[in-house]
Amino acid sequence: MVHAIPGVEGFMYPNEVELQWGLLVVVYPYITGLVAGAFILASLERVFRVEAVKPTYRLALLTALAFLLVAPLPLQLHLGHPERSLEMYLTPHKESAMAMFGFVYLWYLMVVLLVEIWLDYRADIVRRAQSETGLLRIVYRVLTLGSMNISPASLHVDERLGWIMTIVGIPSAFMLHGYVGFLFGSIKANPWWSTPLMPIVFLFSAMVSGIAGVQGIYMFSMWVRKKTIDMRCVDTIGTYLFYAFIIDFSLEMLDLLHRTYESSESFASLDFMVHTRLFTSQIVLQIIVGTLVPLAILAATQVLTLAEQTRKRMYATASVLTLIGIFFMRWNVVIGGQLFSKSFLGYTTYKLEFATREGLLTAGVLMILPLFILWGLVKLLPPWTEETAS
Amino acid sequence: MRKTRREILLSAGKYILLTGTAAAGLESLTGTASADTTTPASDGYKMADHWWGMTMEVDKCIGCGNCVRACSKENDVPEGFYRTWIERYHVKEGDMEHPTVESPDGGMHGFPPTSTPVDKSFFIPKLCNHCADSPCTQVCPVGATFVSPDGVVLVDQSYCLGCRYCVQACPYGCRFIHPTKNVVEKCNLCYHRITKGLTTACCEACPTGARKLVDLKNPKDPVHDFLRHYKVQVLKPHMATHAKVFYKDLDGSVR
Repeated sequence: MVHAIPGVEGFMYPNEVELQWGLLVVVYPYITGLVAGAFILASLERVFRVEAVKPTYRLALLTALAFLLVAPLPLQLHLGHPERSLEMYLTPHKESAMAMFGFVYLWYLMVVLLVEIWLDYRADIVRRAQSETGLLRIVYRVLTLGSMNISPASLHVDERLGWIMTIVGIPSAFMLHGYVGFLFGSIKANPWWSTPLMPIVFLFSAMVSGIAGVQGIYMFSMWVRKKTIDMRCVDTIGTYLFYAFIIDFSLEMLDLLHRTYESSESFASLDFMVHTRLFTSQIVLQIIVGTLVPLAILAATQVLTLAEQTRKRMYATASVLTLIGIFFMRWNVVIGGQLFSKSFLGYTTYKLEFATREGLLTAGVLMILPLFILWGLVKLLPPWTEETAS
Repeated sequence: MRKTRREILLSAGKYILLTGTAAAGLESLTGTASADTTTPASDGYKMADHWWGMTMEVDKCIGCGNCVRACSKENDVPEGFYRTWIERYHVKEGDMEHPTVESPDGGMHGFPPTSTPVDKSFFIPKLCNHCADSPCTQVCPVGATFVSPDGVVLVDQSYCLGCRYCVQACPYGCRFIHPTKNVVEKCNLCYHRITKGLTTACCEACPTGARKLVDLKNPKDPVHDFLRHYKVQVLKPHMATHAKVFYKDLDGSVR
């Protein structure tokens, strides 16, 4: 070697040394995945009438909304010229997968999620518009959008419309996250990304993270509110999580097996990476800590008869580990896909910064922000079933 | 006589309509509608008459770095980034899969002598392949990068969002983000020169004639003889990008 570039091993094309997409682009599919997953969980109750998960129905919808509102922020912050981002709506390039993000996002936010939440909460909003005083009364009156009729016939219409929106919403949620997978899966220049399995893997991992997220948020909020956790609910969600996770893991292993067996041009590069630069994030954090351990815990809850307290702890642990695992899955896709040269002759290093526009601090804030939004939404539109029943 | 508001609006409307039509008509006549606005083409240059590419004679490249320096100067390329660069390959006998490649400073200052004996060694000059089916322009969310009617992949830097999707989509590593402008940058085949009848800075600076700008639509261009007589190859043909930089004597180990 003539001269070494710090952090580079072997040969990178001269323009390749610096990574193009950093932590924020990891956060983006992670957040979008939580949205899609949370929504799909909510839809299960609605469409398939799974009574057991009803306590999390509204919470899941609000979680989806809170995360969806934050979803474009990491992308926006990552752009070299954020002030031009509106051009994606005004002059979209129709051949570009990325150009469609804005439309998929708006469709999902405006048409599906907001309408569904509004229809579901309308009766509550109207009641509170009548019972509250002061500023809150005005807020609720605005939220009624002028529709104050809560006669049984009118509520029946809400119910039917809500059901239709859910039916529309499920493919939309699939589209939202399948689309994110397609963004990566359609880049033929990058063998780590380019696979038709990518949208499907993204979808199932989204469901896994969304279900784990709602499970965790539900258990945590019940603990904060000092209410009893509905065990039938968390057991059912635990089962869903287990099965969704098995499908997700099988798909990822299929991808791995396929790549290993085919051993095509890029394999040596990718194999080397998994054993070196991605070892901690892929093997340790994603596969062992974030997948095998929670899967084992969830399997145990399926086959063993365990005390309630034990099950709660196991679900909480499994949820947290799952969320860590899926985060690192995103990390390995986004960062991993840029650590090797497209010449397959070398590797570079990702330098994570802290207090910069795309640094760790920003990413941390973006991850916590949806939880604050959710807290506000929960205050405004309480999702708790025991209260609405009373 | 004082004009009424209606009259003023009507005349303003006519004026806007007429200038708009005239401008559109002029654009369609000269064919400059989507040209890079910062580099106006010379009079008489018609995009539809050209289809630009380049030929590389690998065995003629001596790795002097003149092309990289010329490009850097001509296009004010930021330090540490390259619109064109040179790679030096070392290939051990029969080991096509594991060449040793280096490109110190993009080959800008040439290459130091090698100390280790090698079986085969050669230089590969690289630049944007100006692909006709370019994966980079396909992914741009706003169409800020595009293939011009004369076959050059251009970037409208006043329109680029800096999302970097095109950098990911280029299989050849030709694109980068300008460190201060925060928009994508790449070889534009010296569009400001070639539309004035000049060759590119890199081709002009090449002392051995290893790289030549070619116009595939010009029947008199020697490129037609070149492509008819020699065995040529493009980089990464499996990517099916319809690349227009043709390499003569390209070794199979090059990627």
